[in-house]
Formats: sequence, C-alpha cells, structure tokens
Amino acid sequence: MTHAREVVALPATDHEDDELAALRRSWRPRHRGLWGWLTAVDHKSIATRYVATAFLWFLLGGLNAALMRLQLARPENGLVGPDRYNQLFTVHGTAMMFLFAVPVMTAVGLYLVPLMIGTRDVAFPRLNAFGYWVFLIGGVFLFVSFYLNTGPDTGWFAYVPLSGPEYAPGKRVDVWAQLVTFTEIAGLVAAVEIIVTVFKQRAPGMSLNRIPLYVWAILVVSFMIVFAMPAVAMASTMMLAMDRLVATHFFNQAEGGDPLLWQHLFWFFGHPEVYIMFIPGLGFVSSIVETFTGRRVFGYPVMVLSLFITGFVGFGLWVHHMFATPIPQLGRSFFTAASVLIAIPTGTQIFCWIATIWAGRPRFTTAMLFAIGFIVVFVIGGVTGVMIASVPFDLQVHDTFFIVAHFHYVILGGVVFPLFGAFYLWFPKVTGRMLDETLGKWHFWLFFVGVNVTFFPMHILGLNGMPRRVYTYLPEMGWGDLNLLATVGAGVIAASVAVFLVNVVRSAWRGALAGPDPWGGPTLEWATASPPPPWNFRHIPVVESGSPLWSAEAELPVATGLRTDRREFLVTTVLDAVPDNRHEHPTETIWPFVMALAIGVTFIGAVFTPWAYVVGFAFATVAFAGWAWPRGTKPEERVHPGLAREAR
Amino acid sequence: MTALPEPRMRCHLPTTLCAVLLALALTACDREARRFRESPPSATPEGLVQLSPLEPGVPTTPVSARNVYLENAYAVSEGERRFNSYNCVGCHAHGGGGMGPPLMDDQWIYGSAPENIYETIVEGRPNGMPSFGGRIPSYQIWQLVAYVRSLSALTPSGTRSARTDHMMMFPGSRTLQEPEQPKQSGRPPASEMPPS
Amino acid sequence: MLAAATLLALVACGHAVEQSALHPAGPQARKVSDLWWFALIVSTVVYVVTIGALLWAAWRARRREHAGAPLPPDSERRMTRAVAAGVGATVALLLVFFVYDLSVGRTLSPPPGGDPLTINVIGHQWWWEVQYPDTTPHGRFTTANEIHVPVGRPVVLLLTSTDVIHSIWVPNLAGKKDLIPGYTQSVWFQADTAGVYRGQCAEFCGHQHAKMALVVVAEPPAEFQRWLAQSRQPALPPTDSVTRRGQEVFLTGPCVMCHAIDGTPAGSNVGPNLTHLASRRTLGAGTLPNTRGHLAGWIVDPQRVKPGVWMPPNQLAPRDLEALLTYLQSLK
Repeated sequence: MTHAREVVALPATDHEDDELAALRRSWRPRHRGLWGWLTAVDHKSIATRYVATAFLWFLLGGLNAALMRLQLARPENGLVGPDRYNQLFTVHGTAMMFLFAVPVMTAVGLYLVPLMIGTRDVAFPRLNAFGYWVFLIGGVFLFVSFYLNTGPDTGWFAYVPLSGPEYAPGKRVDVWAQLVTFTEIAGLVAAVEIIVTVFKQRAPGMSLNRIPLYVWAILVVSFMIVFAMPAVAMASTMMLAMDRLVATHFFNQAEGGDPLLWQHLFWFFGHPEVYIMFIPGLGFVSSIVETFTGRRVFGYPVMVLSLFITGFVGFGLWVHHMFATPIPQLGRSFFTAASVLIAIPTGTQIFCWIATIWAGRPRFTTAMLFAIGFIVVFVIGGVTGVMIASVPFDLQVHDTFFIVAHFHYVILGGVVFPLFGAFYLWFPKVTGRMLDETLGKWHFWLFFVGVNVTFFPMHILGLNGMPRRVYTYLPEMGWGDLNLLATVGAGVIAASVAVFLVNVVRSAWRGALAGPDPWGGPTLEWATASPPPPWNFRHIPVVESGSPLWSAEAELPVATGLRTDRREFLVTTVLDAVPDNRHEHPTETIWPFVMALAIGVTFIGAVFTPWAYVVGFAFATVAFAGWAWPRGTKPEERVHPGLAREAR
Repeated sequence: MTALPEPRMRCHLPTTLCAVLLALALTACDREARRFRESPPSATPEGLVQLSPLEPGVPTTPVSARNVYLENAYAVSEGERRFNSYNCVGCHAHGGGGMGPPLMDDQWIYGSAPENIYETIVEGRPNGMPSFGGRIPSYQIWQLVAYVRSLSALTPSGTRSARTDHMMMFPGSRTLQEPEQPKQSGRPPASEMPPS
Repeated sequence: MLAAATLLALVACGHAVEQSALHPAGPQARKVSDLWWFALIVSTVVYVVTIGALLWAAWRARRREHAGAPLPPDSERRMTRAVAAGVGATVALLLVFFVYDLSVGRTLSPPPGGDPLTINVIGHQWWWEVQYPDTTPHGRFTTANEIHVPVGRPVVLLLTSTDVIHSIWVPNLAGKKDLIPGYTQSVWFQADTAGVYRGQCAEFCGHQHAKMALVVVAEPPAEFQRWLAQSRQPALPPTDSVTRRGQEVFLTGPCVMCHAIDGTPAGSNVGPNLTHLASRRTLGAGTLPNTRGHLAGWIVDPQRVKPGVWMPPNQLAPRDLEALLTYLQSLK
C-alpha cells in the first residue's frame, strides 16, 4: 500500500527505486526525434497532439467565421464574392463540426479516461495512433484544398443535387466527401477505444456506480458515435462520392434515386452529432462543479440516466431539420414530441448542478466561471431549441439567422464553454503548470460578452427575415445595424481567444508549478504526478467510492503485482471491475502511421482516379501485414499467475 | 515536473504533409477557378477568330480566355448546361448525335481543335449547323467548346462531371449512345430499350 | 438579457421592406407569430427563474463560505424536492407548449376551404418562374419573381424545381416550403391586408442564393382581376421606330437565346419570361428596382450585380441599348 497522491514526494526505498526504474525502462518511448514522434503510442502524447491539432482547425475555422462576419458587417459589402463566401461558410461548418467539436471531445476523452479510471493506457494504443494520423491527414486535406480555392462550397450538409455531379463541378465536393470519411474513421476508432477501455480497464473496485460522470458522458457519446457515424460515412463515401466519381444514381431522381435519401442519412448522423458534441461538455461541467464546490454532483443516478436518455432520444429527432420537405403530419408530430422531450433530461442535469452549487462551497475559479457561463448561455440555446421543435414556428425560422443564433448558443454554450473550463481544470495535469487565473478571468468575460453580442442579435435578424448562407443583403432590408453589432461581437470573441492563446503559451512556459493535485479533485487523475509519467500510475489504485480521493482515509489503496519488466495492465470485469486478467500493451510502432498513409493515398487519390483504390488496397495490405506481424513475447509467457485471479 | 512532455518535434510532419499535398493540389488549382466576369463587355470582339497569323499594324495578343476555359471544371459544367439550354441537344442529343453528327466519337468533320469548334459554332456549317455568332457571347462559346471536347475525352478526365441529374439510357455510362426518342418522365419499358 | 432583447427589437423595427415573421399579414403567419410570443414569454420566465436560481445558489453558498455556517441537516431532502419540482414544472410547461403547438399545426396544415387560387412556382438557379394555370390555353401565362394574389382569398402554391433544392419563404404570409426537383409540394397562405411582401430563397442553392428573392403583391380582388386580364395579353407589337429597333435588337441578339416574349418569335424558357417586364417591380429576382437605369446596368453587366448569374454581359451599341431599353419598358 502506498499513498499514491504523494508518490513523488515519498522517500524512495531501494525496492521502490528498482520498481520505478523497471517501469521507466519498459514504458519509456523506444525512439526519439522525428521517428519517435511518428511511432508514439502513449495515449497522453497522442491525445495532446490530437487536442492541439483540433484546436488549430478551430482557429482556422474561426478565421473563416471572422471573414464572414466582416463581409456581412454592412449591406452589399464587397470584401469577398459569393464563390469565396460559400467556401468560407462550408469550410467553417465542416471544420467546426468534423474537425473540431467531435475530435477535440474524443481527444480529451482519450487523455482523461485512462487517468480517471486508473489504468495505464487506452485499450488499443496503436489504433489510437492510427486514428490521430487519419484525422490529421483529413484536416490538412480540407484546409490545403480550401486555400487552393478547391474548398467545398455546398454547405456542411452538402445537400444533393447541389452537391451532386451536375451542379458542383470540379473536385470541391469530393474533398468534402472524403474529409468526412477521414473524420468518421478517426471518430469510430476513438469511440471503440473508449468503450473497451471503460468497460474492461477500470481500476479494481470502480463498479458501474462509481464511474465518474465525465467518463459516463464520454461512454454514452462513444456509443452514439458507433451508431451515428456509419450513416454519414456510408452516405458521403459510398453514395455521394460514387455518384460524383463513378456516376451511380443513388440521388438521381430521374433514375429512381432520391435527393431526400441524402437528407435522411445525413441528419440521422447530423442530429446525434449535436449531442455527440455537447454530452462530453456536460461531463466537463460535472467534473468542474464537483471539483470546485467540493461535493459530489447531486443526484448521481439521475445524472447518469439523463445522459443515457439524451443519447437514446437524440437519435429520434433528425427529421426536425427537414420540416420543409414532404413529411406527413403525423411524422412531424412525432419528431416534434421527441424534440420537446429531449429538453427534460438536459433540464434535469442543470437543476442537479444548481443544487450542487447551492449545497457546496463554490470556488469561483476561471473553470467554475466557465461552468456557470455554460448554464447561462446554453439555456438560451435550449429554450430556443424547444421553440423550433414546433413545426409551424420552425417553418418560419428554419434556415434563417434565428437558427444560426440557436445552434451557436447550443454549441458555444454546450461545447466551447465547458471545453475552456476543462482546459483550466486539467491544464495543470497535462503540463504540470497552472494557467494564469487573471488572464483566465479576462478570457472568460471577453468570451461571454463576445458570444452574446455576436449571436443574440441574430435571433432578431432571423425573425426579421434574414436567411442563412447569404453572402450579402440589400441595404433596404434594414439588417445592417444588427449585423454590424454581431461583427463587433465576433471581434470580442477573437480577442478573448487571443488572450487564451497568450495564457496557454505563457503558462506552459513559466506558469506556477502545479503539483499532482492543485485543485483537490475527487477523481483518480489527481492521484498521479503532473504531467503523468508514461505508465500513469505506479500502482493501479483500488477504488472504494465514487470520489476516491476524497473518501480515502489517509492513503489511496492500490493493487500490486503487475509486472514492471514489460508494459502490463490490468483487465477487470465490466460490471463490478473485479480484476480479471492481465494484458500487455504494444510498444512504439510505425505501422499505424503507414496504415493512415495508405488510407490517405486511397481516399485522396480516389478523388482523381479510381485506380487509387487498387494502389491503396495494395498499400493497405502491406501496412496491415506489418501491423499484425507477430512479434514480442511468446504467448505462453503471457499467462503469469500471481494476481487476484488467474487468467482464463 | 517539467512542462509539455514532447516539445519541439511537433511541426515537422504537418509541414512535410502540407508540402506534398500542396504540390499535388497545385495541379488541380486552375481546374477549380470560377470566373464570372471573364470578358468585360467590349474587351473581346464578338466572333473574332483569327485564321491567319499575319495582321497589319501592331499584332494583338490572342484571346487568352479560351485556354483557361478548356481545362476548367466549372467552364465544362457551364458549357454542358448551355449545351442543353441553347438546344444543342435538339440535334446532337447528349453527344450521341441525331439530326446532327455525334460529338462523342473521334470523327471531326471540321476539325477538333478548340479554334475549329469555336468557328463551327460561330459561323455555322453547311447542312444544318446554324451560326450562333452574335447570339452567344464568346466566353460562353468557349465554355461550349470545352464541353464538346470533353464529350470525346479531349479534355482531362477530372474536369468533367460523371453524370447529370437526368435519365440515361445506360445509367452509369456516358460513353454509349444516347436514346434518340424524346425523353419521357419515368422509366421506359424494357421493350423500348435498344439492344445493348 | 430581456432588456437587451427589447432594445434590439426596437432597433430592428424601422425598415422599409416587408420581410418579417413578426409582422403577419395573413392567418398562417399570424398564428405562428402568436405562438412565438407565447413561447417567448414562457421561455423568458423559465430562463429568468433558472438563472436566478443558479445565481442565488452561487451567491448564497459564497456567503455561507464566509460565514462558515454548516449545511442544514435536511438539505439532501430539500434539494431532491427542489430538483423534482423543477423537472415537474419543465415537463408541465413542455406539455402545454406541445399541445398548443400541435393545435396550431393542425389548423394550419390542412388545405384551405373555399375556392383557393392555384399558382405553380418553379425554382431555378436563381429566380422564380411563376405560372398561372387556367382551363383554357389563352388564360394561362407565365411570369417571374412576382406573385400577384387577391386579398382575402386562400392561395395554394404548387412547388417544384428544375435544378437544385430551393425553398420559398414569404415570412409575412407563411412559413417556408422546399422546392425539390422531382417532387411537387404545396403550401397555402392568405393575405388579409393589401401590400407588397418580399420573400427570399431559404435553402442554400449555389452562388446567388443571397439574391434569389421574389415579391408577393396582395391587392383587392378587382385590381387583381385587372392585373390578370392584362397579364394574359401577349405583348403589343412595337408602334414607333425606336421600339421597333429595340425589338429587332432583342430578336437578333443574345437575348432571344434565353428569354421569351409572348406574341413574338422569342420563346425560350431558360430565363424569365419578359412579356410584361415593365409591369414588374424588380429586376434580377428581387435584386434591383425596375427602373431604366438599373435595367441598362443589368443588361450590360449583370455579373457585377449578381456574380455567377446565368445572364451574360451584353455588349451593345449605345443606340441599340437605348432602343432595347425603350422596347423593354414598353412591355407593360
């Protein structure tokens, strides 16, 4: 038994020294430099660069938004023409949805989940590396295309026939369709890892009712990804790309195809996508509220059930994006009911957080401010969401700036506010240094004001008849003042993001040292050093409650007996997390990167020639053979008695 | 307890990837441009095709637009839509020919060079090809030229869309002859299909 | 926030063109606008209560922290009760909203009774073709970007598209409906007060989605009948030498490739039908006012006004342009 929270400070005995040295030997990255970077499999380094990459796309997508706001600042503005503007908003939407919101959430999950559930790495570290490379290639592909004037220009939803072969000439929409494939592969890979990690690698004693709320949230989201993303991957890769590249007729009305088929497939993914983005945000808020009020979130079972209900019902309301298409009245009523229903679990969670704050002792750190800001902003998006569940009202505001306002309140409120909060909460864990609180408060208030000044006027613009996706408007429409106001707000948002960047760079460089547990958090990630060593925990902790670090009397109990001479981790049972087995993690390898390159060659090449599939198939076969080539210890050595239960 | 576990190496790979993709994509760059105001009025004389390289006085530079159009996906697509709306389909069908000669084979009565096709459209040809000079602005004629050339695969394959949103006798194939009978709404019965 | 909303609403009130869901001019839009105000008031109350509770919780807890007072022993139970009450209130409000919404939906969706006027609207990139059907051939006519309707009579629009998906939306009269190629949908509305209501395409449809507008002119039945009779007439033959020259320019130039003028050989339907161009209010699908100057600018360089539009720049000798303008302006 060791007091894991102070493991760094404890005077090391000889035995412990040996153990630590052995851990270091077996977990230390095998390569250095560029090769080391390409072959890395550690979930922390993969997730860190995943988050950094997603944030880069966020900044580039935000730049697009700023240009759009400048263009709309006054009527008949000539800053960008329609062709460029259409690319701007398409790439903005695509980047924010496919390259930022979902990937950054799964990426943070890939960092935190193993730490929060007390294991050494995610379930499939090589797959994890592969997912990142695919994601990176996809993002680079989109933005390089965009800067070469080949950016997609038919909206992030790419409705056929506008995005079909006849009306979208050239390669622009092909870029979009293949980008979707890249991100869906990356998303599905991450989801599978998270599901298996949470189910099979929790620390002994972390039964289902002791899983942190954040982990529940990311688990629900991973299941949603598994069910939602194949729909759009199939629609975009198979149908849209095939219609465009090899002249199939999935969406050709004249040959028995149907343009509405696209809308159904797209929104069957597209609506759950909204929940995929913000459910992890709800998890962040739970973690923040818990940490900074010093008490567990009120109504744990209700919170978990709410997440599940949101996850289920989230699949039942995709048609509310299509109320203006031919849908029978009964069908519309069904989707209205589902859209209204989904407000209940979210409302329940908000009430529970308020109750937690009421009963706790809140510390108003920047992270906590972002959590409160989340509720203040997100609830506006929530109530307008209930309004547009109504078919007659939706038909008035559908595809107007009212909707733009609504979903930016939901997404900035439900995704970006919690995400910034999460940054302030976990930055010390990732880097070992604190983010500056003064700059943080500036960041928060600028962002809060900027978001409201930008998006609140858009509600009124929408009701006053301004449609979405217009590159300009006539002076006599009277939309100029509110648009100018929104553009000013966008400037404030840009300033706040700049403050944040300065804060991150400065703090990473010379912020105050954090120590393992700067906030006094309840969950396991605070039980190890900051930044965590490659093996995460010296000994696997044993969990006896939902907030193990608060309830451990003096020392956190740990399980010992894992081998240290190789990368070994503990497998536990799904329900009660009883130790079940031991497994060995793979070491660094280049093959995930090679495999991602093969995927990249295939899908990017397919835009230009169908032969890319042949070449790509051969390439991928080689990569797969290399990946799956037997190596390492012999199977008989893997069974090693001595833990709680014998393997097999 | 130091900051950021893996510092400097972050930028190499994206840079390399960017460079490779940039090189790849640059080739496709010109193909994607969309020119809305290519020839401002009065800059390009209507219907001017130079048949002789000799000219009096200071030589004028040739019309530059045509070369830009010929490999441009947007121009080919616009040409295709104009091919329909200016009723070229009435005689040439969708390239398969009817009253007029087919355009998707490699037989060119009056030459296959862009300038030849331009002339054919502007001046008309005996036995039925009307003269469109003065009726269609020259940049649109160049778009039509680009499309007509794409029918017989004289433009790079990437510039042309795979299909249109209309009925096709052999779905999935644009290299076979199109039907000669007028289009109907709905699928034609199998008996009306020509033997393939 | 509420104050800000009111302020912004006031700011946004004074504009010249009627294109707002908040100024209903017919039963469809009015019912929806009532629903909106109801929803706004209820949501504002819900919002204020929720955020009030949040701020109060934060403020109270902060004060207690300073005072060091312990939590009351029965706080768990009180919190459960408070959360349950909150959830219960949410469910009740949502139910009320749902029932109200369904009742509005039920009154609005069935086709109108009486003797509705049927008009076909066909979406094109980027303009609206408007056909007034009739039982007799000479009673049918086609116009563009302008729908005339009689006040007080329900109007059914039959909607389809020839190219991509568009969506018709005249917010003062009714909600939107998509124009989908291969489908025919209908939407109905009724104008209760005479006026000119602007509408705009609401489904992204390509380069000039922003400038694909139309106007609905609601006029008293007698005036509507006059307009109908006028519109059924083919264009009158030119009477003087200038308009004759203008017609010649039209028929021998590029115009005739795309536009139709009933009563002349021009019969293409690629672009808007110009038989009664001079009687229309706008040019370029609601983009420019229909004046001689704007018409000249539009003919000479439409790509400047609507980049990407199908109409090509036209190069005309000044005298020919003048003649063409005079001719087009004579098409009342």
